[in-house]
Formats: sequence, C-alpha cells, structure tokens
Amino acid sequence: MSTAFEHPTYNYKVVRQFAIMTVVWGIVGMSLGVILAAQLVWPELNLGLPWTSFGRLRPLHTNAVIFAFGGSALMATSYYVVQRTCQTRLISDKLAAFTFWGWQAVIISAIITLPMGFTTSKEYAELEWPINILIAVVWVSYAIVFLGTIKQRKTSHIYVANWFYAAFILTIAVLHIVNNLAIPVEAFNSYSIYPGAIDAMVQWWWGHNAVGFFLTAGFLGMMYYFVPKQAERPIYSYRLSIVHFWALITTYMWAGAHHLHYTALPDWAQSVGMVMSIILLAPSWGGMINGMMTLSGAWHKLRTDPTLRFLVVALSFYGMSTFEGPMMAVKTVNALSHYTDWTIGHVHAGALGWVAMISIGSMYHLIPRLFGGTEMHSVKLIAVHFWLSTIGTVLYIAAMWVNGILQGLMWRAVNPDGTLMYTFIEAVEASGPGYIVRWVGGLFWVTGMLIMAYNVYMTVKRSEERGAIPQAA
Amino acid sequence: MSNLWDDSLSGFWSAWIIVITLGTIVFCAWVLFANRKTDKQPDAEGNVGTTGHAADGIEEYDNPLPRWWFMLFVGTVIFSLGYLVLYPGLGNFQGILGWNQVNQWEREMAQAEERYAPIFAQYEEVPIPELAQDGDAMRVAERIFLNNCAICHGSNAQGGYGFPNLTDDDWLYGGEPENIVHTIANGRNGLMPSWQQLGEENIENLTQHVLSLSGLEHDAERAEHGQSVFTASCAACHGPNGTGNTALGAPNLTDDTWLYLAPGQSVADAVRQTLRNGRNGHMPAQAAYIGEDKVHLVAAYVYSLSN
Ligand code: HEC
Ligand code: HEC
Ligand code: HEM
Ligand code: HEM
Repeated sequence: MSTAFEHPTYNYKVVRQFAIMTVVWGIVGMSLGVILAAQLVWPELNLGLPWTSFGRLRPLHTNAVIFAFGGSALMATSYYVVQRTCQTRLISDKLAAFTFWGWQAVIISAIITLPMGFTTSKEYAELEWPINILIAVVWVSYAIVFLGTIKQRKTSHIYVANWFYAAFILTIAVLHIVNNLAIPVEAFNSYSIYPGAIDAMVQWWWGHNAVGFFLTAGFLGMMYYFVPKQAERPIYSYRLSIVHFWALITTYMWAGAHHLHYTALPDWAQSVGMVMSIILLAPSWGGMINGMMTLSGAWHKLRTDPTLRFLVVALSFYGMSTFEGPMMAVKTVNALSHYTDWTIGHVHAGALGWVAMISIGSMYHLIPRLFGGTEMHSVKLIAVHFWLSTIGTVLYIAAMWVNGILQGLMWRAVNPDGTLMYTFIEAVEASGPGYIVRWVGGLFWVTGMLIMAYNVYMTVKRSEERGAIPQAA
Repeated sequence: MSNLWDDSLSGFWSAWIIVITLGTIVFCAWVLFANRKTDKQPDAEGNVGTTGHAADGIEEYDNPLPRWWFMLFVGTVIFSLGYLVLYPGLGNFQGILGWNQVNQWEREMAQAEERYAPIFAQYEEVPIPELAQDGDAMRVAERIFLNNCAICHGSNAQGGYGFPNLTDDDWLYGGEPENIVHTIANGRNGLMPSWQQLGEENIENLTQHVLSLSGLEHDAERAEHGQSVFTASCAACHGPNGTGNTALGAPNLTDDTWLYLAPGQSVADAVRQTLRNGRNGHMPAQAAYIGEDKVHLVAAYVYSLSN
C-alpha cells in the first residue's frame, strides 16, 4: 500500500489496514467454522490431536469471527465514519496505529493460546488475563481516539452512526473489565473473582452485551452510514433513531439473564431478563425500519447494485433474528430451544445474516474509496458473492431450525411408562443430515469470501497501477 | 452482595430492584411518548421535511414513528408490566400466581409419580429371575438402561475400557440378583492399590505371573519369582489362585478377561500399568437418581443379559 492514496484531510491508512484485515480474518474465522461444522459430521477430523479438537477450535472460531473479523470491520468503519461525519482527522495517528497493531496482537495471541488449551472457560471471554489486560489497553486507546475525534468535530451535530459506535465502545470497555476481573495464579491461568451463580450472571451480562453492543450497536452504527450513502437517500426518521437508540441501549443491559433460564439464577432475575428481552423487540426493529425505509424511492437500485443488496438483506436478517431472540427469551419457548441447535441457528442468523452481510456490504462501499476509486474491480463478482452468502445463510439457519426443533422434541418425548423415548445419541444421529447441510452452507460462505479477497486484491492492484489519489469528497 | 442470591432479598435490595426495573420500563415508555408526534407537514413523497443538518451529505427526514411500530412497543410494555404482576420479578414480590421454577418442577414430578409409580410398583413385586422373562417389562427396562447406563456401559451393555461388560456372566461383584441390585442401588468402588513401591523388578515378575494365570505367553522364570510376591501381596484380595473375590470387586485374574485393556494395548502392558498406578473404578449409586423401583427393574434387565 503506497502513500499515493493519502487523503489530504483524513487518516485513511488505519482504515485501509483494518479493512484489509476484515477480509483476511473473515476468511480465517469462517474457514474455522467450516472445519467445526465438518467435525460435527466426521469426528475423525479432530485428528486425535488436542490442538485441533473441537473444544479448542470452537472458541478460536468465535474469537476469530467476532473479535478479529467483526472487530476489524467495526474499527475500520468507525474510524472512517467518524472522520467523514465530523469533518476532522482522527485526533492521533500514532494512537490509531497503536489500536491497529495492538488489536492484531490480541488476535495473534488468541490464535496461539486457544489451541494450546489456555482458557478462562467464559464464553466469548476465553482469553487469559495477560491478553485481557492488552485488550483493555487497546480498547481504552480506541475509545480515546474515537471520542476525542468526536469532541474535535467541525460539525454542530453528532451524527446518529456515531452515537451507536460510541455506545458500543464505552459499554464494551466497562463490560470487558468487569467480567474479566480475576485472580491470576500463573502466566496463563486465573480464577474469576465471582462465585457460582453470580459468576454466571456476570458472564452473561457480558455475553449478551457482546451480542447487544459488539454485534448489534456497532453494526447499527455501520448501517446508519453505509445504507443512506449507498442508497443516496436521507435517513427515514430522525426521531425514530432517537427512540430506538435510547430504548435499545437501556434494555440490552438487562437481557443477559435469558441465557440462564431454569438455572440456579433466582426467579426474579430470570423474569426481568425475559421481559426486557421482549421490550427489546421494538427498539431492535426500529433500526431495521429506519434502514429499510431509507430505501423508499431507491428500491430500483437493488436491481443493479449488489452492494446495496448486501446491506438490505442484512437488515432483513437483523429483523428476523431480533424477532426470534425475544421469542426464544420467553421461558416456555426457551425450555424447548435451549441447548439445541436452534440457538446455533439464531446465532448465525444474526452473525452471518446480519453482522457479516452488513460488514461485507460496507466493505464493498468503503474499499474502493480507500484506494482512490468508487467501484470495486468487478460488480459481477459482488453479485456472485451476494448469492453465495444469501444461499449459505439460508442453508445454515434452515438446517439448524430443523435440527433444533427435532432435538428439543426428541429430548422431551416420553413413553407411556414415563421413560424417555429417545436416548441422547439418537438425537445426535437424527441431526446428522442437518449438520451436512450446515457444512455446505459454510462452504458457500467461504467460497464467497475468497471471491471477495480476489476482488479486493484486483481493486487495490488497479489503483496502484493508476497511482490514483482519492477525490476529496 | 450475598443477599442478592438468597431465597429472599433484604429490604434494600428488593426495593432497589423494583425501582430500577420499573425505572427502565418507564424510561423506555417516556422516550417513546416524548417523541411520538411531529408538527412538520409531509411533502409530496409523503416524507416530513429533513432536520436540516447533514453529515457527510447524509440528511435525515423527521418522519413520525410508524404507527404499528408504536403500538408494538406499547404492547410489549403492557405485556411486561402484566408479567411482573403475575410472576416473580419485582424484588421479593412473588407475583400473584405464586409460580416459581421450583414449585413447577415439584408439581410436574408429583404428577409423574402419580401417573407412573403404579407401573413400576407392579414390577417391583415380581422376583428378578421371573421379571427377566417378561418381554414387556424388559422393553421398559432397556429404555431405562439406555438413558442412564449406556453412557458408560455402552448401548449393547458390553462395556468398554474400565467399564465392565454386563453380558458375559463374568462378575466383579457377583451375578446373583441381590448382588446386582446392591451394585446398582448403592454403587461400587473398586480399589486396586499401586505397587510402585515393590520396584520395577518385582512388577515385571508379577506381570509375568499374572499372564501365566490366564495361560498367556509369559517368561516362566520371572513368573516363578512372582509367585511368592503374589501370595504375599495380592492373594488377600485376588485369592491364593488369583480367582478373585466378589466381596471386594477384585477381578478373577485367571480367565483372560480384562477390565483395563485399551484397544491395541498388549495384556502385559495393561497389567504393568495397573500394577504401577493402581486402579479405582467407580460405579455411581443409582437409587437416589432413578428410585428403588427402577433399580429393581433395570437389575432384572442386567440379569437377563447373561441368564
Ligand atoms: C459413570 C459411569 C457409570 C454409569 C452411569 C453406570 N455404571 Fe455401572 N459401573 C461403572 C463402573 C466403572 C463399574 C465397575 C466398578 C469397578 O471397577 O469396581 C460398574 C459396574 C457395574 C456393575 C457390576 C458389574 C460386575 O461385573 O459386577 C453393574 C451390574 C452395573 N455397573 C450396572 C449399571 C447399571 C444398571 C447402570 C444404570 C442404572 C450403571 N451401571 C450405570 C460405571 C457406570
Ligand atoms: C486391596 C485389594 C487388592 C489387592 C491387595 C490387590 N488387588 Fe488387584 N485389584 C483389586 C481390585 C478391587 C481390582 C479392580 C479395580 C477396579 O475395579 O477398578 C483389581 C484389579 C487388578 C488387575 C486388573 C484386572 C483387569 O481386569 O484389568 C490386575 C492385573 C490386578 N488387580 C493385579 C493385582 C496384583 C498383581 C496384585 C498384587 C501385587 C494385586 N492386584 C493386589 C484389588 C486388589
Ligand atoms: C462459514 C461460516 C460459518 C460456519 C460454517 C460456522 C460454523 C459454526 C459451528 C459449527 C459452530 C459450533 C456450533 C456447535 O457447537 O454446535 C459455530 C459457533 C458459533 N459461531 Fe459460527 N460459523 C460461521 C460463521 C460465523 C460468523 C461470521 C460468526 C460471527 C460474526 C459466527 C459466530 C459464532 C458464534 C457466536 C458461535 C457460538 C454459538 C453458541 O455458543 O451458541 N460464526 N459456528
Ligand atoms: C432482540 C434481540 C435479541 C434477543 C432478545 C435475543 C435473545 C436470545 C436468546 C433467548 C438466546 C438463547 C439463550 C439460550 O437459550 O441459551 C440467544 C442466544 C444468542 N444470541 Fe440472541 N437475541 C437477540 C438478537 C441477537 C442478535 C442480533 C445476535 C447476533 C448478531 C444474537 C446472537 C446470539 C448469540 C451469539 C447467542 C448464543 C449465546 C450462547 O449460548 O453462546 N442475538 N439470544
């Protein structure tokens, strides 16, 4: 990447770095997902080695897709959006560079330590204490760069995308620190300071807000910039964004207890978690509506613009998974869905359908602009990627719905004498075909990502040949 | 803090939970109602004019909240408040239905007891050898076995490494009905001490001796040396001829049937490993999990496998 693309005002270098790594980590993280999916069909693929066993690769997958792929996409777009909407350069190029290299160091540490078996055993917070300290330092630096840039803005108003990014950054900082408080006993071993049910509640307070702020609020920030930009339409409703923003960040804070239904958690906490999840439906849909309605008057563009299609389909999956979520939070529904593949389907409706699709759409808007153009090397290949991703997602979640409901029903089926009708292993056997379909869905996704990598490579190469300078827009 | 997680909360925590829970819901409702109306008029496309500010060229309309969405929001708030009246949620207030997850579980268990207990009580009357002949009873028993025992003993009950085969009429603890019932109801703990302290030389001699007991290929001289050590150290549990002792669960060492023989491992290596490190097989007590009546039934199933 030569300096030929330096923007006169903005720091595009760090944005470019994060954007490229979004594609790289996307391929790595999703390939790990495909390996896991294959291991569930063909257990021999664990290879009999501890480092390649399902139990160690699974947290590596979640860390790679959420924090490496999702995190890079969020950092790339937040740095870009905050500069462009505040009309000012990042307050510190050095600190921004530190956040890039620091974050990559966190990811590399994860890639080394998780297969070695170092883990706190807290989901989505598996990394051990030295890495957690590094995360805290990088994250606080990120907060300083982002919020400091907002403070120096040349505009009177703070654009809605920045509210969401700011809420995401601040909340993750607090939650990460509180959830990871632990007593270190060795270089890579520590014990949580919380006992029993309290530990579980703190963990899912974090876990659900990793969903609510990392995987939702941050990406809503992305949506609020890239959808109107790509559609070239005004945002549908400013007041809707106010209402859904405040209601979303307030209620998400409470919803974590729905991960602990029918456990040692006191009844009151479970009930509060459930009602807050139900109230969360409308604020979530507020974001979807605001994005969708922004397209009114621009629907025809969908026919020719696959980037816009990525963004719109992402919003549809967002609407779908945030309808499914509150439903699964209802205790009677959760009694069926919990511990089954239904949860896994819900996760990936959000993770692939929403998070990955909105990120990819945004990258197709962003990357050519970072390299001195406005269009990717090939729009056709974007269209191919779009279909691969959409079909892949549908295969994945449909297979998991079928599996999940099948498992839930098989586990609770009883004979007239009160004994269980099926053994656990019979439910596993019945899930086999669904696991194959899910694996195929994953292959579609990874193929799409490889096409994206080629397209990005050609786009960068083209602009290097031209020696182009981005237009100051 | 600990108060928070006890059955009942202190007055302060209870009040605090009520205040912040209702506060959150009221706040959401307030934000919703405060932004409900817009006084601007719609334009030709039906959009209400923009707010006037633009960010990097992005403008924002000031359209009113979609009506159906507004109603949806209000609906979820009403549902939630209703739920918190009916069910436990607001601190120490238990909800007017008096429901909680423990009493739901107790109710369902009581119902199951009422419905199914007579079936098993009936089987409990029948002596095990006779019950083992009853095809219907054995079908029920097999399901109990598959759901509670197969995870260790295998779905065909043929066992695995460290888990005894229940179909071969070769018993650690005895195959009479009362032995089997005792094993299942109260569990068993097989304790084979480690013999590291005898030294590698003796361990090797003992190993050859154990091989000779089952008539397997062995080093006759070493087996001979092992004989005296066996009598001194092993006979107390395994018997002078190595035929075992069901009172202790000490296996018969003369029948070439091995509890601890990993796939691909030679018998000699398995015995060496046993002698060096000792063994401690644990069969968990089942009476508290499945109840005496089902223990009786599943014992008949185990009995039927080798009788
Ligand atoms: C957690 C694993 C586990 C489960 C579950 C389990 N067992 Fe066992 N069982 C064992 C082990 C291990 C032994 C051997 C104990 C020893 O080595 O002394 C054993 C021993 C036995 C024996 C004695 C065999 C003999 O040769 O004397 C019987 C009978 C038996 N189990 C029946 C059952 C039945 C019936 C169930 C289900 C209700 C069951 N087990 C569940 C692990 C288990
Ligand atoms: C305190 C009683 C006791 C003594 C003494 C004892 N054993 Fe054992 N041995 C057992 C028991 C009980 C088991 C079964 C362990 C289990 O179920 O986990 C066993 C198991 C074994 C086994 C494994 C059998 C198999 O099927 O895999 C071997 C071999 C063995 N003993 C040999 C010896 C030798 C040789 C000695 C003397 C050096 C000895 N034992 C002394 C109680 C004893
Ligand atoms: C090629 C695409 C993908 C495939 C094939 C895939 C596959 C898998 C598999 C097999 C599991 C384990 C499920 C189980 O334990 O039963 C899993 C878990 C998970 N994946 Fe993916 N994945 C993909 C992409 C993603 C992406 C892009 C994200 C996030 C942005 C993601 C987030 C998660 C999470 C959070 C879990 C843990 C779910 C839970 O514990 O409930 N995945 N994935
Ligand atoms: C209104 C919004 C949402 C609600 C109320 C909600 C609710 C739920 C519920 C009830 C569960 C199942 C808990 C269990 O039984 O274990 C769950 C799991 C999960 N959801 Fe959501 N969900 C919402 C949106 C989303 C979105 C948008 C995403 C992703 C981008 C997401 C990601 C996840 C993940 C990763 C899990 C699995 C956690 C785990 O067990 O590891 N959710 N959600």
